[in-house]
Amino acid sequence: MQTFGWPEAYFILRAASWTIALTAIAFVIGGIFGGVLAIMRLSRVKLLRRFAAGYILVIQSIPVLMVLFMSYYGLSAVGIELPPFLAASASLAIYVSAYLAEIWRGSIESVPRQQWEASASLALTRGQQYRYIILPQAARISLPPTVGFLVQLVKNTSIVQVVGFVDLMRAGMLVNNATYQAFQIFTLVGAIYFAICFPLSRLSRHLEKVMNASRSH
Amino acid sequence: MPAVVIDDVYKKFGALEVLKGVSLSVDTGQVVAIIGRSGSGKSTLLRCINGLEVFHAGRIEVAGHNVDQDPKRLRELRKDVGIVFQSYNLFPHLTVGQNIMLSPRITQGVSPAEAMTLARDVLAQVGLSEKFDSYPDNLSGGQQQRVAIARSLAMRPKVMLFDEVTSALDPELTGEVLLVMEKLAKGGMTMLLVTHEMNFARTVASTTVFMHQGKIWESGPSKTLFADPQTPELRNFVSAGAH
Repeated sequence: MQTFGWPEAYFILRAASWTIALTAIAFVIGGIFGGVLAIMRLSRVKLLRRFAAGYILVIQSIPVLMVLFMSYYGLSAVGIELPPFLAASASLAIYVSAYLAEIWRGSIESVPRQQWEASASLALTRGQQYRYIILPQAARISLPPTVGFLVQLVKNTSIVQVVGFVDLMRAGMLVNNATYQAFQIFTLVGAIYFAICFPLSRLSRHLEKVMNASRSH
Repeated sequence: MPAVVIDDVYKKFGALEVLKGVSLSVDTGQVVAIIGRSGSGKSTLLRCINGLEVFHAGRIEVAGHNVDQDPKRLRELRKDVGIVFQSYNLFPHLTVGQNIMLSPRITQGVSPAEAMTLARDVLAQVGLSEKFDSYPDNLSGGQQQRVAIARSLAMRPKVMLFDEVTSALDPELTGEVLLVMEKLAKGGMTMLLVTHEMNFARTVASTTVFMHQGKIWESGPSKTLFADPQTPELRNFVSAGAH
């Protein structure tokens, strides 16, 4: 029987880098779409508003696992074969876009109405209002929930193992199946998750402090 | 030539009619005070003038612009018509200087150097030159309101609207804001102000308009209006000591 040693630990660490890569890709791509959806959700054009609301409602109402199944097994059943990494990143990005859209919509809406009025009265266009007045204030409000969601995402990426993708969690399970040294293995896996997530929370708190400081010289 | 013409304006909030056929004309350089109880429609009227509220019938013309809801025309109008709010509404993430320079820079294409000069100019006008790099949160209410006035002035407006600008201020801070407004009035600015400061209306505004139940109930030269009210409603309002 194999024992848990350096090669196994290395295997787990490599898989951890895939977890980070997947999280980063899903967060960035999902973030871009989420931002667009948040603005659409608040658009004056009814059709855009409806479309964004419908998309968010559907994605939030189904398990992300199902999106993953659809994009991997569902699409391959109709003849479109996506590689596991692509199916996984696309599915997670779809999931992220819907949730970030809602978090950011809420943040934008919590900027006081008077900020819109004051900037409109200064002849700014709607785009300029967003860019110079609303989004900078919304970004500050959205920081804690956004980072909170990102930390969740790091852990939720573990579902990609259902399409055969070896992430941090899956690597731990594979090594466990070969060595049966569950305690050491999952201590390591847990420690790695912690090492990824803890700095994110700290970074969030740090950024909040910096942003607060910039308002009170 | 009148700077503001309001012609038979009606406005509803749902089923509630708040403006019932208001007509008013303000000449260039004139200062007009609008007084009345809460709910008389005076703030709504003021907000109709720069398009923050949509009116349902009638016509408003200000500084040569017709008020409608076309975004582009509205922006052109707003470059010529400044408004100051009760709650100041400064941008909290920007310094005083940035608050003032923002719109001239991006809506009027003023160069950074010019914008800087302009901002220092208007800040000096409201007596706050030393606050250029401060954030709004670190200023008193009176100072914030003076910055808000300066921010509007930086647009080089032809007409200024003031919506109960001292109502959120302690009495000792009210004076400094009124002083700035009085200076503006003496400098020939066309001003419409909704106010609870009867003394200010009487002494600074050439004309005072008393609104009641969505209508202009009584209006005239401020001194005679306050000294000799013609309607029982205005008599009541004046003797009740403002509010």
